[in-house]
Amino acid sequence: MDINPILLLAALMVASTPILLAAIGELVVERAGVLNLGVEGMMIVGAVCGYIAGHSSGNPYFGFVGAACAGAVVSLVFAVLTQFLLTNQVATGLGLTMFGLGLSSLIGQDAVGSPDLTVAKLSFPILSDIPVLGPILFRHDLMVYLSIAIVAGVWAFLKYSRAGLILRAVGENHEAAHALGYNVRRVRVLAIVFGGACAGLAGAYISLVRVPQWIDGITAGAGWIALAIVVFASWKPWRLIAGAYLFGGVTVLQLNLQAEGLKIPVEYLSMAPYLATIIVLVMIRAGRAPASLGKPFHPSS
Amino acid sequence: MLRLEKRPQPSRGWTYGAPVLAVILTIVLGMGLFAILGKDPLIAIKTIFWDPIFGPFAHFYRPEIVKKAAPLVLIAVGLSFGFRAGIWNIGAEGQYIIGAICGAGVALAFYPMEARWVIFPLMIVAGLLGGLLWATIPAILRLMFKTNEILVSLMLVYVAEVLIKAFSIGLLRNPEGFGMPGSRNLRQYPSAANLDLIPNTGFHWGALAALMAVVGAYILFTRHQFGFNVRLAGQSPRAAGFAGVNANRLVILCMGISGALAGLAGLFEVAGPSGQILGSFPAFYGFTAIIVAFLGRLHPVGILFAGLIMALTYIGGQAAEAQLNLPAAAILTFQGMLLFCLLAVDVLTNYRFKFGQGEAR
Amino acid sequence: MKRRTLLATGAGAALAAAMGMPARAQDKTKVGFIYVGPINDGGWTQHHHHSAMEMVEHFGDAVEFVYQESVPEGPDAERAITQMALGGADIIFTTSFGFMDPTVNVAANFPDVKFEHATGYKQADNVSVYSARFYEGRAIQGTLAGRVTTTNKIGYIASVPIPEVIRGINSAYIHAKKVNPDVEFKIIWIFEWLNPAKEADAAKALIEQGCDVVLQHTDSTAPHQAAREAGGVYTFGQAADMAEYGPMPRISSIIDNWAPYYIDRVQAVIDGTWSSVNTWDGISTGMVGIGEISDVVPADVKAEAEALRDAIAAGEYHPFTGPINKQDGSPWLAEGETASDGDLAGMFFYVEGVEGDIPS
Repeated sequence: MDINPILLLAALMVASTPILLAAIGELVVERAGVLNLGVEGMMIVGAVCGYIAGHSSGNPYFGFVGAACAGAVVSLVFAVLTQFLLTNQVATGLGLTMFGLGLSSLIGQDAVGSPDLTVAKLSFPILSDIPVLGPILFRHDLMVYLSIAIVAGVWAFLKYSRAGLILRAVGENHEAAHALGYNVRRVRVLAIVFGGACAGLAGAYISLVRVPQWIDGITAGAGWIALAIVVFASWKPWRLIAGAYLFGGVTVLQLNLQAEGLKIPVEYLSMAPYLATIIVLVMIRAGRAPASLGKPFHPSS
Repeated sequence: MLRLEKRPQPSRGWTYGAPVLAVILTIVLGMGLFAILGKDPLIAIKTIFWDPIFGPFAHFYRPEIVKKAAPLVLIAVGLSFGFRAGIWNIGAEGQYIIGAICGAGVALAFYPMEARWVIFPLMIVAGLLGGLLWATIPAILRLMFKTNEILVSLMLVYVAEVLIKAFSIGLLRNPEGFGMPGSRNLRQYPSAANLDLIPNTGFHWGALAALMAVVGAYILFTRHQFGFNVRLAGQSPRAAGFAGVNANRLVILCMGISGALAGLAGLFEVAGPSGQILGSFPAFYGFTAIIVAFLGRLHPVGILFAGLIMALTYIGGQAAEAQLNLPAAAILTFQGMLLFCLLAVDVLTNYRFKFGQGEAR
Repeated sequence: MKRRTLLATGAGAALAAAMGMPARAQDKTKVGFIYVGPINDGGWTQHHHHSAMEMVEHFGDAVEFVYQESVPEGPDAERAITQMALGGADIIFTTSFGFMDPTVNVAANFPDVKFEHATGYKQADNVSVYSARFYEGRAIQGTLAGRVTTTNKIGYIASVPIPEVIRGINSAYIHAKKVNPDVEFKIIWIFEWLNPAKEADAAKALIEQGCDVVLQHTDSTAPHQAAREAGGVYTFGQAADMAEYGPMPRISSIIDNWAPYYIDRVQAVIDGTWSSVNTWDGISTGMVGIGEISDVVPADVKAEAEALRDAIAAGEYHPFTGPINKQDGSPWLAEGETASDGDLAGMFFYVEGVEGDIPS
């Protein structure tokens, strides 16, 4: 058998990173009670801006920063519409996706890149050489580790910090939080911007590391997968990693199975990641969503 | 300080004025966009909005607008039921595709028999059932397992896209097609073809179905208990529960209606303007219809107008691409902005702006 | 059929109106192109556009050039082609298989306009079809691949299961096997012509399974990037030279060069000698170009490949020459027998030795 499990697992982590990044951002947004379906739009704007920033500056990390900023800026449109003008969140999110897809294509019209821009893989002194775990865990680029670090950070933030508590309160019962004197709108706007920045990073990872290239629509639906994974994870950060890796894993696996010459019709293998997501969503019987999710907040006056 | 104050009742004036203001706002923003892209904004707007209806080739464009609007209106009317009740069917695109596959499958099964009075109605039923079935999956999962219907219906869109690619090179492939993907062209199969009812107007069976759907939805919403239930469930689920509305049945019915209509739209498209089962058949109508539904403020007649306007932006946009080299993405951005503007302006219907301090915080 | 009615009333009126426009047939010949992708896609569409620009340069002021890019297949294509015809085009090139039915439909409404459809099979009085014998280029790629591989595993990123792609796989395999009896092909189908993310993933999967040569029938440079990162993997440019990835990993390429054909056809319109033809050209007329073989390849191998190219160009050698059996063992070509165009056009089977099934 030619499939190398070690390489497969390593590839899985790389494939899952963009979804993980976008999902952790959306998780924070949803914990604050806002449903932002515009993840795909924010991701792809991040992808094109990151690509341009990275290639014109010659430094991929600059590209990531640029992408995060771009994602955040685009998310502000969503924030203003839903938090200040009280628009329907589902519709606004969809509009953001369309707008983002169109805008990114326009921005990327003349984007030219060079094949030489690469993001280096890190290596740790002893850890990288451990027989099995070394290649799987310790030879990735910075963003893979950063994505896990962000997940850890969000977990700690939500669980242990006062600001995290406020965010959760806003998500569970915004009327009560408002009555207690917390600025619901500000908390939500900040959450939305964080989500936008993460989505931007995710997009940049695709255009700078994973593919790496810029072409219209390069995110190919990854933003929607991220949304599904947030639900799959029952809005808990650590479970997000499991979900992202599961999805990334199925995607990578189906390609490997094809190369292996497996006699399963290829079309069914391509469907596998999406069917797997549905099955998992069903089985997991999603835990309770934040109670105020999707409800517009208007300070009663 | 500017703040919003809820109106005691939705403003009638703004209910009609909001979409108009939104379109005007979008045109202004759009002109800015086109100017940034280096195109003459006035000419661009004229090419997109005016020429298709009144310009030199309008006789060619007008039927195209009808053809483009028909599936959008049909799907959007179906979606409006669910959306009003807070049931979010985002997977209309998948239901549209499956409807097309089922309808085309039935037609090709009969090929080359000619029996229009049997085949065409059967195709319609197949398309309806196909879409209905595909939408029932997320409905049932929501009822039985509380899974989020947004995500399930969305995943099923991807599955449907893979399925249509598979069918176009597999079961439904044209045996006389040199091994190339794609089914037989249904437009050339008289029993199955979805042709213009009135020649050269673009008004094909799908457009007729769309009109019927608008009328039917209007009647349901204004005169029928079901329509009332839907509206009530959307505004206050608890009140609806007290009023005896069976929430589960509502979910199944709403998803079913939207799925059936989307599948029907798919069938009319594949037997008409599109003609073939091909991997490239999906055209995002399922998603654009969501925008049309909101643009039409979830009201059947509003949806009819919204569908026509949206179709106009598509057709006009293509003309602008051809004549002005306007990038296709500019139109997509424009449509996104239209939705934003509508949503933003919509706030005036239920709230009004007031200057001054709010209550002490 | 209803189409004739449209011709009589709608398009007829339109044509009349168009005739009233500044003399189009006399002065400049208006040449239109409909592209399925963006002109900067680095592959298929970019090369049609380059070739078109070469044609425009050749004719200078005698032609007027219009194009539309990223046209989706289906009714939108029909609209776009009709618009171009209404706008006064004399000849329209539609550069994707999926434009076949739209082209034929529009052609029926505009009998005075000439249409050229790439890679299709439906002709009409005013519709020609044209395609390139890419499998000739694959023969050379196969030979190079078979020689340079050290692991004997060759990866193939395939797009959509159609005869053109299957021909390419078969031709590459036959020639790799000829020079290296131990080779094994690993094939991944991504069901799309252009999807850099999937192509990158597929390339990585193939490389991880031990392939040190990756061929592709997809349009982006993503596999090259993946190969470069992995190191020690050879690739070939597809539709474009992709020379920026040479000398390693790209060691050669197939270049789509439509210019000679385009110049020919437009000239025929200008001369009034245009008629509907079915053109299938290869290396000999220059339609299929072989990219410069990089220096990473040993000199004797390079010479072997170049000799093969010259033999095909001269018509002395046909890539599908027997004895060749089908995958199930049944005989296909006898010793010395060459495949007929008809067989090749509808090819939907692997040759003996290729593992796996064609998706269907």
